[in-house]
Amino acid sequence: MSTLEIMLVSAFALVGAGLYGLLITRNLIKVVIALQIMVKGALVALVAAGQASDQLALGQSLAMTVIVADTVVAVIGLAFAVQVKRVRGTLDLRALAELRG
Amino acid sequence: MVYAGLGIAAVLCAILAIRATRLLSAALWLAGVSALVSILLYELGARQVAVIELSVGAGLVTVLFVFAISIAGDDALGERTALPRWLAAGAVGALVILLVGMALPVDDATVEAAGGSVQAALWDQRALDVLIQIVLIFTGVLCLLGLLAETRPLAFAPPAARSIARQDALPAGHEQVEPVREPALEEVR
Repeated sequence: MSTLEIMLVSAFALVGAGLYGLLITRNLIKVVIALQIMVKGALVALVAAGQASDQLALGQSLAMTVIVADTVVAVIGLAFAVQVKRVRGTLDLRALAELRG
Repeated sequence: MVYAGLGIAAVLCAILAIRATRLLSAALWLAGVSALVSILLYELGARQVAVIELSVGAGLVTVLFVFAISIAGDDALGERTALPRWLAAGAVGALVILLVGMALPVDDATVEAAGGSVQAALWDQRALDVLIQIVLIFTGVLCLLGLLAETRPLAFAPPAARSIARQDALPAGHEQVEPVREPALEEVR
């Protein structure tokens, strides 16, 4: 396998691990962790694609945008989780659901 | 070989972060994923992004996670999951197989090199991205301040709530004067 193929397989595996965490977890903070893992996979895929197409600078600039957006998502998600814990007393997504059906 | 080892280590750390029962352990495994991904990026030649990922992803975000966990508590939620594990594993496995089947094998043909540095690409080609990043950062800061602010009575709250808030705000020993009550219509009669 070439370097790009190894990078792409690693990126897909990271996205898969993050998606698995998103599907099974019930904890609000763990949802943010799973999202972070998925974004790491996208980051690796962006830089690998940039290197493979000889446009590494473009890939890096896109990766920087992804890092900034990812950090803002993590900050807002964690602040939201802290407030939910203060108000509702739990981080369990099942217990937070108002509508049941 | 180095790339394969780093990729396998990063995926292992990610799986351990997902499977960890304690939130603090999960946050530390996530920091490990960030560190390994930054080494991977450095080996690929993306030096600037690797440094930013190491400082922001493995540093700042981990500190934020530890801070949030120390406030919210590290309570384990037991073994029950939102979806059955076999169903989630099957869906994710199918997705990864589809992605690998669509992306591999990769054609070695490369497009024409764009040239230039990261700074040139960022400021010349992706100037709008930089603007959006600045807006995103300010949005994040404002959301954080709004979410973590102490609750205060609103300006349009009912008078009773405002008077209670004023009573709370008075220093000790200063009693609030009762407002003069106007006689009701029945008392006048």
